[in-house]
Amino acid sequence: MLLHSVESFSQANEKVEMADILRQDGKIYTVVFGLVIILTAVIVLLIRVDRKIFRLEKQIKKEK
Amino acid sequence: MKFTSDNKSDRNLMAKYRLDWWKILIIVLLYYTVIGGFLLPVPRLHILNESIRMNYFHVPMWFTMMFLFTYSVWSSIQYLRTQDIKSDDKAIESVKIAFFFGILGLLTGMLWGNATWGTFWTSDPKLNNTAIGLLIYAGYFILRGSLEDETQRGRLSAVYNIFAFTVFIPLIYILPRMTDSLHPGSGNNPTFRLFDTAHSMKLVVYTAIISFIGLGWWLFTLLLRLRSLRKLHDETL
Repeated sequence: MLLHSVESFSQANEKVEMADILRQDGKIYTVVFGLVIILTAVIVLLIRVDRKIFRLEKQIKKEK
Repeated sequence: MKFTSDNKSDRNLMAKYRLDWWKILIIVLLYYTVIGGFLLPVPRLHILNESIRMNYFHVPMWFTMMFLFTYSVWSSIQYLRTQDIKSDDKAIESVKIAFFFGILGLLTGMLWGNATWGTFWTSDPKLNNTAIGLLIYAGYFILRGSLEDETQRGRLSAVYNIFAFTVFIPLIYILPRMTDSLHPGSGNNPTFRLFDTAHSMKLVVYTAIISFIGLGWWLFTLLLRLRSLRKLHDETL
């Protein structure tokens, strides 16, 4: 009985739907690439804001 | 008064901007999280299917929120001890970023819940208590906004912040565990059982937690620096 349930579980486990076809077609990489572009843009913005604040701090220090 | 420097010679006089090492580390880890989170192998499980990858992005939101809420309570205690207004600034800015990540955690959780439980929201103790907890922190912003005197605001909001944190912890970590809930980490359902079996997920999930905490910290330092700049600006006027 136990063995049977283990067996049926492992059988059922093999039929789990995953994004295999998407991976085969290579289309998952498109999504990953899109996310990488978004992440890059956000990081560039973050660095620019960081640098701007850095300059303001320096400027205020100089004026004092 | 003008802050932005227009001519180049003025700019050259200033110290050169360099990206801190920990910010570079965060950027690298974020790239690893996004790429690895999608492409590295995950366990094949029913119902969860590919949505198991949400774990890489949903869980770090809460870790980041808790990290910053804890830091904010620490700053509030420091303020009450030293009366140094800088500690009060740290407390409010870290609560802001923590709240932001809490909302992101709720939104990602709702998406995940819709895919696996079939609904965006159930009246589940974990979900409801988290929403209540975030509303308590919304009260913190309202309290601060309604007080004008700096010392009074600092002291009252520091006490409120400590109160909010001590309610928040049992609300979202202890009470949901005492009843049955759909959400992992409730009743007899351990939160980290998944990670005990799925070794392939461990590396990405830990990297994600570290990188998002780092990102939250970076955003917090930006807000803090802007706040002190604004103060300096008000003083010179």
